[in-house]
Amino acid sequence: MQELVARLKELLSAGTVDRVLGWKRGDSDWNPEPAFFTSVESLADFVYDGFCGANLSKYMIEATAQEGRTAVLLKPCDTYSFNRLLAEHRVVREKAYVIGVGCRGKLDMGKLRKLGMKGIQHIEGADAFAGDTLTVDTAYGKKTCAYQDALLDRCHVCKGKTHVVYDEVIGASADTTDMDRFAEVERLAAMSPEERFAFFQGELSRCIRCNACRNVCPACSCRKCVFDGDSFDSAQKANVDSFEEKMFHIIRAFHVAGRCTDCGECSRVCPQGIPLHLFNRKLIGDINAFYGEYTAGETAENKNPLVSFTTEDREPGEGRNA
Amino acid sequence: MEKIGVFVCHCGSNIAATVDVSRVVAAALTEPGVVHAEDYPYMCSEAGQAKIAAAIKEKSLTSLVVCSCSPRMHEETFRAAAKKAGINPYMVEIANIREHCSWIHKDMEEATAKAIVLARAAIQKVHRNVPLFPGESLVTKRALVIGGGIAGIQTALDIADAGYKVDIVEKTPSIGGRMSQLDKTFPTLDCSACILTPKMVDAAAHPNITIYTYSEVEKVSGFVGDFTVEIRKKARFVDANACTGCGVCQEKCPSKKAMSEFNRGLSTRSAIYTPFAQAIPNVPVIDTEACIKMKTGKCGLCQKVCQAGAIHYDQKDEMITEKYGAIIVATGFDVIQLDAYDEYAYSQSKDVITSLELERIMNAAGPTKGHLERLSDGKAPKHIVFIQCVGSRCDDHRGKSYCSKICCMYTAKHAMLIRDKYPDVKVTVFYIDVRTPGKNFDEFYRRAVEEYGVEYIKGQVGKVLPQPDGSLLVRGSDLIDNRQITVEADMVVLAAAIEPEKSVRKLATMLTASIDTNNFLTEAHPKLRPVESPTAGVFLSGVCQGPKDIPETVAQAGAAAVKAIGLLAKDKLLTNPCTAQCNTLLCNGCSTCENVCPYGAISYDDQEVNDHGKRETRRVASVNNALCQGCGACTVACPSGAMDLQGFSNRQLIAEVDAICR
Repeated sequence: MQELVARLKELLSAGTVDRVLGWKRGDSDWNPEPAFFTSVESLADFVYDGFCGANLSKYMIEATAQEGRTAVLLKPCDTYSFNRLLAEHRVVREKAYVIGVGCRGKLDMGKLRKLGMKGIQHIEGADAFAGDTLTVDTAYGKKTCAYQDALLDRCHVCKGKTHVVYDEVIGASADTTDMDRFAEVERLAAMSPEERFAFFQGELSRCIRCNACRNVCPACSCRKCVFDGDSFDSAQKANVDSFEEKMFHIIRAFHVAGRCTDCGECSRVCPQGIPLHLFNRKLIGDINAFYGEYTAGETAENKNPLVSFTTEDREPGEGRNA
Repeated sequence: MEKIGVFVCHCGSNIAATVDVSRVVAAALTEPGVVHAEDYPYMCSEAGQAKIAAAIKEKSLTSLVVCSCSPRMHEETFRAAAKKAGINPYMVEIANIREHCSWIHKDMEEATAKAIVLARAAIQKVHRNVPLFPGESLVTKRALVIGGGIAGIQTALDIADAGYKVDIVEKTPSIGGRMSQLDKTFPTLDCSACILTPKMVDAAAHPNITIYTYSEVEKVSGFVGDFTVEIRKKARFVDANACTGCGVCQEKCPSKKAMSEFNRGLSTRSAIYTPFAQAIPNVPVIDTEACIKMKTGKCGLCQKVCQAGAIHYDQKDEMITEKYGAIIVATGFDVIQLDAYDEYAYSQSKDVITSLELERIMNAAGPTKGHLERLSDGKAPKHIVFIQCVGSRCDDHRGKSYCSKICCMYTAKHAMLIRDKYPDVKVTVFYIDVRTPGKNFDEFYRRAVEEYGVEYIKGQVGKVLPQPDGSLLVRGSDLIDNRQITVEADMVVLAAAIEPEKSVRKLATMLTASIDTNNFLTEAHPKLRPVESPTAGVFLSGVCQGPKDIPETVAQAGAAAVKAIGLLAKDKLLTNPCTAQCNTLLCNGCSTCENVCPYGAISYDDQEVNDHGKRETRRVASVNNALCQGCGACTVACPSGAMDLQGFSNRQLIAEVDAICR
């Protein structure tokens, strides 16, 4: 992290950039917050560790609309989102200085709790680049677990160690994939329609419509969301049952289809722990099956299979590729 | 507040027999805003339209809902009626209670309930209609004919004679098409080349016609009256202006083992070749797959012997971009592959051939110089069996469900020609039905049976068995005698089904013209608009629309030309006002709509927007209304709902859905 901070200081003091978008220390060890740093002094609060899971690319819409250049720290998977925003002309490349930061997988507090840790007060060993063991001070004494065992679900289906867009890279990355990305989707697809309905009813009935998923999603970057507009008479509509928010999530999944990079932020931020990424991943699987492997954000080209046409495209009713 | 009039048509008994129209009227009257509703036997008639005009006047109607047939049928009629009575024509909505309702239901209760719902949806939509005003677009006075067979040639000649410029794009090295491969034509038995060649010459010599052979349409953009087409002129490696057509290059070419496409692979040709003697243009092309110079770099003999210095091995494909007001598709047909019909031993015996191959064998310029002989041993056949409907009228996946229409007649022609020239050859025809509707057609067939003694057996062939001695055993059934028979033959001719040219699928996509499940292009109306495609400005000529013989093809080619001329004769067209519009306040500037627009009607620029008092410059979409065709692709691709289609706005569509789900 010292190398990173030294470089940020250099960039700020040399005037290469006017501000840095990174993370600052939060009120606990495990919740660093996205933050802008405009001076060398302000970097005293800067942090980059295993809990910096937040994808900062969406903040760049606002940042690059301002005067001056913004340095942004992006992990390999975050750069896919940044490319999508470039493709959609939502960020200005010239006003961004992309620092690809190394990543060895980010941590999930939920995993620690699942391991039976309660009353967590302090966590050590969450360094961004080194150390295999997390030491956790809890109200019930010191506990330890492997860094690997506390990874976010999305890190088990890592996009790889490559930054697809950057001006410079600092720190090494690792590909942390050790699971099949579509296993869960296939498990759901194998269910009977009734079972599947019951599964989603169980999950989505917990939705409190806090809009966190929408607000964090880099693909959900519309100036005005259709759900907030007046053209469909759906804004402010009272729910008739607890499952009505399914409409919000299904429509949202369709709106980001072909544009979603599967960054997993929706599920990470959901306060109710709803696995929202499954909708997107199902659509990604279908796109791959129908039109061939496609990874949104791999390039900054705005030609995803759902909005481009080739004469080789599958005809309706022809089914999925084998 | 809108004052809506609802008019329910009986369409004789088409609607009224299945839908209780009086209940539709009663239900419409309960809808807010509806101040008038009535039913009438034929709303589209003079009297029906007069009723609409009277109601508009009497009740001061502001908008109309007509519950009738498909809007494709009479939307224009009712819009015109509204306009005449002083209402903006786009304040009219059609509820399709015929095709979408009465025709597909049997139960009156069910159909009436559905008709009421459809009327309600249209009423809810019309509440949100706003007056729209069409613009104008100019017509490019030039036509493109795709395909240089008899259909394309005839269409081009007719348009050119009317005084308009026409370009023919033909993918093979010469115009002429399938007809140039035929020997004689039914029912007059005149020689195909004798009647086709003059037309080919006329087309080539016509000052209004430009012919691009060995060329293919690569890209089509634009719309009726103003298409832009990119044509790839493939490299011939021969300079067409310099070439004198002397033919020495073809004589001297040492590579003579390439399959002749023109002779259906029954003979070979040189690597540099013209497909046939009367080819137009009489300029050879080099087949790069067969040319020794192209493959090894050594040879160059044709270049050495060419007195005109016309041969250029480094010639490249040329791209031509041209504007057209109308496009006529005349891509024709091919015979189906017979791989799936192995029971007829087509791939096992050289003496089992298709009828088109027989045409080449019978032709003086064909592989046997017009001499009827077995391809296996060159011997004269003694007994020839013709098998009809190979792949036509087929009810399994191997063939086509339709009748290829031309086979009965050409088989009678072949049988008669053979019996005439070789009276000692026995000819047997196995058939399902003999179909001869057409002027002088049945007389022609009867002549084959009665005067020429051709044996017709009603029944299908189950198997053709090649024998060690080279003869062919044909096992079939004789349905009239009700017995299985085995016939010994030494030649079998298969009337293989015809199918649209393979390339038509890609072309249809480029033209946004629809095709049916058999890849035939769909006409705008099966009876009343048989030569127009549903896509405005695209017309259909010949077999690309459905199986046809030569007289029918020529008739349709002329009809397509007339329709194209009717379009080219106009200076301006009214444009469809149902175009997309961008709400710049909602636009993200993402360019997705620009990507999906098939007409290139959307562009992006920086505009100043006033977002609730906050002024800023944003990159937003704008629609060129002259180019937009109202397809709506942008409205569904737009993530923020900024794109909306006038006349089919998101609000209108949601209102319809709400009305249906009420």
